[in-house]
Amino acid sequence: MDRKVTLAHGDGGELAHKLIQQIFVSAFGNQSESRFDATFLSLSSGKIAVTTDSFVVNPLFFPGGDIGKIAVSGTINDLSVAGAVPYCLTVGFIIEEGFPLADLRKVVKSLAVEAEKAGVQVVAGDTKVVEKGGADGLYINTTGIGLQREESTIDPSRIASGDAVLISGPIGDHGIAILAARGELGLMTDLESDCAPLNHMIDAVILGGVDVKMMRDPTRGGVATTLVELAEDFDAIIELEEEKLPIRDQVRGASDLLGFDPLYLANEGKVLFIVSESDRQKTLELLHQFPEGRDAAVIGRVTGKGVGQLLLETPLGSKRRLHRLSGMMLPRIC
Amino acid sequence: MCVGVPAKVIEKNEFTALVDVLGTKMEVGILFVPDVEIGEYVIVHAGQGMSIIDQTFAQASIEEWEKMARADII
Amino acid sequence: MRTLFEPKDSAVARELAQKVIKLADRCKEKTGVTPAFMEVCGSHTMALARSGIKLILQDHVRLLSGPGCPVCVTDQKQIDAMIEVAEAQNRIVCTFGDMMRVPGSKRSLLSAKTEGRDVRIVYSPLDAVRIAQENPDREVVFLGVGFETTVPVLAAALQLAELKQVENFSMWATTKLVQPVLRTLLSVKKVKIHGFLLPGHVSIVLGEQAYQFLADEFHMPGVITGFETVEMLSGIYKLLQMVLNDQPAILNNYKSVVRPDGNPIAQKIMNEFFTPCDETWRGMGMIPQSGLDIRDQYSHLNAKKKFNVTVGEPKKTLCRCGDMICGLATPDECILFGKACTPIHPVGPCMVSDEGSCSAYYAYMRKEG
Repeated sequence: MDRKVTLAHGDGGELAHKLIQQIFVSAFGNQSESRFDATFLSLSSGKIAVTTDSFVVNPLFFPGGDIGKIAVSGTINDLSVAGAVPYCLTVGFIIEEGFPLADLRKVVKSLAVEAEKAGVQVVAGDTKVVEKGGADGLYINTTGIGLQREESTIDPSRIASGDAVLISGPIGDHGIAILAARGELGLMTDLESDCAPLNHMIDAVILGGVDVKMMRDPTRGGVATTLVELAEDFDAIIELEEEKLPIRDQVRGASDLLGFDPLYLANEGKVLFIVSESDRQKTLELLHQFPEGRDAAVIGRVTGKGVGQLLLETPLGSKRRLHRLSGMMLPRIC
Repeated sequence: MCVGVPAKVIEKNEFTALVDVLGTKMEVGILFVPDVEIGEYVIVHAGQGMSIIDQTFAQASIEEWEKMARADII
Repeated sequence: MRTLFEPKDSAVARELAQKVIKLADRCKEKTGVTPAFMEVCGSHTMALARSGIKLILQDHVRLLSGPGCPVCVTDQKQIDAMIEVAEAQNRIVCTFGDMMRVPGSKRSLLSAKTEGRDVRIVYSPLDAVRIAQENPDREVVFLGVGFETTVPVLAAALQLAELKQVENFSMWATTKLVQPVLRTLLSVKKVKIHGFLLPGHVSIVLGEQAYQFLADEFHMPGVITGFETVEMLSGIYKLLQMVLNDQPAILNNYKSVVRPDGNPIAQKIMNEFFTPCDETWRGMGMIPQSGLDIRDQYSHLNAKKKFNVTVGEPKKTLCRCGDMICGLATPDECILFGKACTPIHPVGPCMVSDEGSCSAYYAYMRKEG
């Protein structure tokens, strides 16, 4: 097989067939190449959840993961925080002509490994090759289908004063790991991206009987932007305590150097929970049993209902309002 | 006016040093602090060490502030 | 690392804040007015807001933001010129992240980049010289703004380019000096304050002696201060004490970092490459000898001399950034604030730079919306 992806790999002919057989089918295992233009699924009755997400990341490989891992965990996590049990995925690849086949194989393998970890099948896929310069290496789209969990207690209208706000681990790892991996600003760190599918951990919390009222994954825009949106969407006043935010030293250090605020850095393997007050300890204990949730912490609480807003109590005791990320974060010297 | 971050010098070359800020490392210039030694802290601004931190003063300041916080205001 | 500057226990900060409030209220009893201090430095503006100090002190001490955000005080015409520099073909323009979103009359560097110009963010100006070495067939221009902390670093980049004879590197420098603007604030703008929180990192270069004229000529106290919560609170505490006792002086509350005579090596290289010039400050007009320009002997490194850039007069807006940086208005007093002017669609530079008074106010102080 050639060592780079060519336009011929995308034309539906012999090379395309080989590419699908040798890279995709071998990675995704059991299924034979579909003889139909669509896949049939047999689902149990009840509501299904569907979500789709496209992944562009630079660089494609970074400490703690690659675009394949993110493409699975992003979609799995979106299904899970909505209260669904992930069932299957579809995957679409847009590949730039000249992309190394070895890298493609690595990405596909990592995608397959994560899907298996998450316990979902890849049931349909597609590949397109675009001319050199028409894309930046590789883009992936995944669509996820899940089944609504009967035990799900998620209902944001039940969010009430006193509810606890938890995060499953330290914030900002992905944002800084990616920035360091780009190598442009001279940052050196052994920090890894947190990207991971979280469905098993979320399952454990829900099956553990926790009264979960809402979950969100704080990806782009970080914890602050995600919680501002949640507060506004569901008319809640949420207060965070600055001193309780779990932040790794390396993330603090890098943020200091570049003038960033970790509350606005991206995460790819974290989930925010709003649970009833009496369940905060139970939630923590359940989360702490998972490597991804080892550093889970209660970071704040819902203090009231009304015009939604997010407040941050500083160590000084004053409470300032947090807003959405405005524009992108740029490193600053001033 | 200017972001400046305390960073520990962990390797020193002729014109540059490797510094560590809470585990994140960066190569910075030491043109303005040529006498800095490994183990000392510098304030980094725009990729250059600007000043060597005097730890005796740093400690004294902390004690002064703690005293200030406890003082009675008549 | 933070523990270098901060007591481990945040209770110290909380107690200190209460002491500051008590002292401020005593000040007001004695003088009949709320004590008002200006933080000269934009990083102070941001740190005061972010730490919650501004909020906790707001009924007791007036903290006014001064002219110490380099992006905010840069004249509109200069910004237009810098964006114009980026417009030419076969050119790489490098700058600090701070500059990317600053709105010129028509566009920003970020929009120039979106339109396909090669605009790159660097952390150190020296990286721009390296980029020039790697791209010998293209002109590389570094857009440099800054006060005395940054100017020596700009000089270091010029020195590197000179040493390595990097002929395709040049710098568009628009720099500002602290002393002349403080003098102007007090003598021309007649700003009504009781003291200055002086910039910790500019003072690294200048030294504590640079501000003695404030006490001697203007009877104005000043405290050189770092950026952690307790450092800023203790700085305000010391200012209040001096106001109460009517004994203005310049105190160094950042002794671990700022030496009496500053950093002579940084001063030397700064003077080697730069010479004082008249500078126009946004909203304040021209202040004689308030900036630094590249010396004539290095004009081959001066992008202003190397390239022929002409820009028209910028159009006027209702933006009150000029009043803001003189401490004559607070962001919520500007008719554009939070409506026509937000961090995503900034009208004035004070909304662009994170340390601009409007941006800090928008992010940390704004109550509604």
